[in-house]
Amino acid sequence: MDESLSPATVSHGPLDWSYAESKESSSIVTIPAEQGLYIGGEFVPARSEATYPSVNPATEGHLGAVAEGGAEDADLAVRAARSAYETTWRDMPGKERGKYLYRIARLLQERSREFAVLETMDGGKPIKESRDFDLPTSAAHFFYYAGWADKLGYAFPGVDPRPLGVAGQVVPWNFPMLMLSWKVAPALATGNTVVLKPSTTTPLTALEFARLTREAGLPDGVFNVLTGHGDAGAALVAHPDVNKVAFTGSTEVGRIIQRAIAGTDKKATLELGGKAAHIIMDDAPIDQAVEGIVNGIFFNQGHVCCAGSRLLVQESIAEVVVERLKRRLDTLRVGDPLDKNTDLGAINSADQLDKIKELVGAGTAEGAEIYQPACRLPEKGWWFPPTLFTEVSQSHRIAQEEIFGPVLSIMTFRTPDEAIEKANNTPYGLSAGVWTSKGSRILWMADRLKAGVVWSNTYNQFDPTSPFGGYKESGFGREGGRHGLLPYMQGVGL
Amino acid sequence: MSRLDVRKTYKLYIGGAFPRSESGRVHPAHDGQGNVVARVAQASRKDLRDAVRAAREAQEAWAGRTAYNRAQILYRVAEMLEDRRDTFEAQLAIDGREEAAAQREVEVAIDRLVWYAGWADKFAQVMGNLNPVAGPFFNISAPEATGVVGVAAPEAPPLLGLVSVLAPVIVSGNAAVVVASGAWPLTAVTFTEVLATSDLPGGVVNLLTGSKEELLPWLAGHMDVNGLDLAGSPREMIGELVTSGAENLKRVRTDAVVDWYADDAQSPYRIASFTEIKTVWHPKGR
Repeated sequence: MDESLSPATVSHGPLDWSYAESKESSSIVTIPAEQGLYIGGEFVPARSEATYPSVNPATEGHLGAVAEGGAEDADLAVRAARSAYETTWRDMPGKERGKYLYRIARLLQERSREFAVLETMDGGKPIKESRDFDLPTSAAHFFYYAGWADKLGYAFPGVDPRPLGVAGQVVPWNFPMLMLSWKVAPALATGNTVVLKPSTTTPLTALEFARLTREAGLPDGVFNVLTGHGDAGAALVAHPDVNKVAFTGSTEVGRIIQRAIAGTDKKATLELGGKAAHIIMDDAPIDQAVEGIVNGIFFNQGHVCCAGSRLLVQESIAEVVVERLKRRLDTLRVGDPLDKNTDLGAINSADQLDKIKELVGAGTAEGAEIYQPACRLPEKGWWFPPTLFTEVSQSHRIAQEEIFGPVLSIMTFRTPDEAIEKANNTPYGLSAGVWTSKGSRILWMADRLKAGVVWSNTYNQFDPTSPFGGYKESGFGREGGRHGLLPYMQGVGL
Repeated sequence: MSRLDVRKTYKLYIGGAFPRSESGRVHPAHDGQGNVVARVAQASRKDLRDAVRAAREAQEAWAGRTAYNRAQILYRVAEMLEDRRDTFEAQLAIDGREEAAAQREVEVAIDRLVWYAGWADKFAQVMGNLNPVAGPFFNISAPEATGVVGVAAPEAPPLLGLVSVLAPVIVSGNAAVVVASGAWPLTAVTFTEVLATSDLPGGVVNLLTGSKEELLPWLAGHMDVNGLDLAGSPREMIGELVTSGAENLKRVRTDAVVDWYADDAQSPYRIASFTEIKTVWHPKGR
């Protein structure tokens, strides 16, 4: 037979299975070379005229300069918010306020892809997350709270609820747009005006959102953005004419804020750190649980306050769970956040990368066993591979301290009581997870876990209608749902 | 020969027992004219730590009681108070009050206990929610007791003020460490005898008499206390107390002047202030 006609060798060589990237285009985004603070409906430079560059953590490239606001700017922003509160927003009928929020929700849906790309460029998170989670959920929050604006009396009968005044809101870099939405939507729906301080490293979507509110026709001064560093946030929180402080961030800063407002009439919502236990019982559906564990700790590079960072596996199945987890880790793709296939994007900043490295170093030094899949990390930018620790004991720093990175500490237990005891053995209490096939056990455990959110046979689910927030040193107050309205109101008995 | 009366020793209430202060200290309680009518135990920092420990030991089991059971026990407290009205009215009168005013304070205090007793098996229904999430999940949010709550009882009215801040704290399943009115402590101590005969488990309420200036800073700084109701704190101390409470992110209420007789002084949101909303998710599927 003529060899050239052999089916195995016609026309092409062996199939090429090497990786083909699928990049989302960044051309949809336009970033101004320099952006001011958004105060009273205008973009204005900081009084000091200082600026700093926002950096793309995946390339270390500059994404334009933003104003470095300070105490004087915080004062101007609070004045603008106060004036808008007294002249337009407070006395506007709820149904009209609500329509502004509906407009904002619709605009966010329309411009969702643009915001998703900007969020990924500024923060380093995978585009599939910003596109499929952060932005749709942000729009949903505005849509949900829009509907509450003219129904507040039904939410809290007998209370005669009224707004507080000016809300100073400080949000972190892990979910810049989503945290903005969690805070701004309920604040505006209840009739408060807002000064928002975005995180130093991720200011761009908040500034773009300011332009969006302008497009929505939101009255000037109802929403203001104060970019800058920690001192700008501190000045905002301490400002005597701020009535409400809402903060998401570390427990350490949460304490500082509670002290800063002690003895004043300011109300506070603090959504702080976590060290969530993720419990896997021996009757759990293991493959589903492994997916839940991976989602629980590697979602957004582990930059998640409710990340399932302490895995508690029942001893009898520990070996098989760890083995399957390792196999699954080998398939995770770390790299360009704009690549639609990327599972783990860039670490948000050089500082955060140092923190992760320091704690991972402590894990190894204290005797835990590390596992990291072989993966090639890009040369520019800040990266950390998905990491597991076994042989972890409860006293290890990696079992106690929040790492805020893609690092999972694995421990075992024998009985449900032991699982609960270990799960609750932390000053934090934000979230917890349980995997088991037994319904009564889920409810028994959910009752005993000291955590504000318990995910059973699932993990990292969020919804505008569902309250989120912590027990113990994970803070207080709730965001989301009917409960998320309460911290923005005053009234009889509140 | 006329009979010599037997006087009461006013002691602390910790873990269901009535100890003296470990410090051996007492301080005088006065009537309206400034005469010493009794000596009351003056609690120390160590007594306060013992009280917090007793509260922590009692809390989980108390929260684990059914809401129906907690309701019955609070109602029983009201029954016991009603039964001892004369004693309370007499003690309030020692404080220098008109008889009618003393009577009114006791009546409102009893009614307030009944009001909060009724909330035990209802507040979770009013404060909780089934959440219509956009996905195939069962999603429910309900309040749970925060844990151990420190309470500064209002200086006056001493009985009604105490009842108004204490009842909403314990009805949800918290345990309390109370610092009683410093100026008028007698009815607070007698009220612990009501609690002790109402099937309230020991340790759910622990009451200290003494100096608020001395005790409240330790209460606010205690790392095993989860919340503070500072309604009865000297106003000038609140900044300092909240500051030290921030070490473990205590939940704090700092109501300014309240008319404790008014209906507005009772609210399910006083209960809510010392509860945590827990949200539970579960997938739905075949």
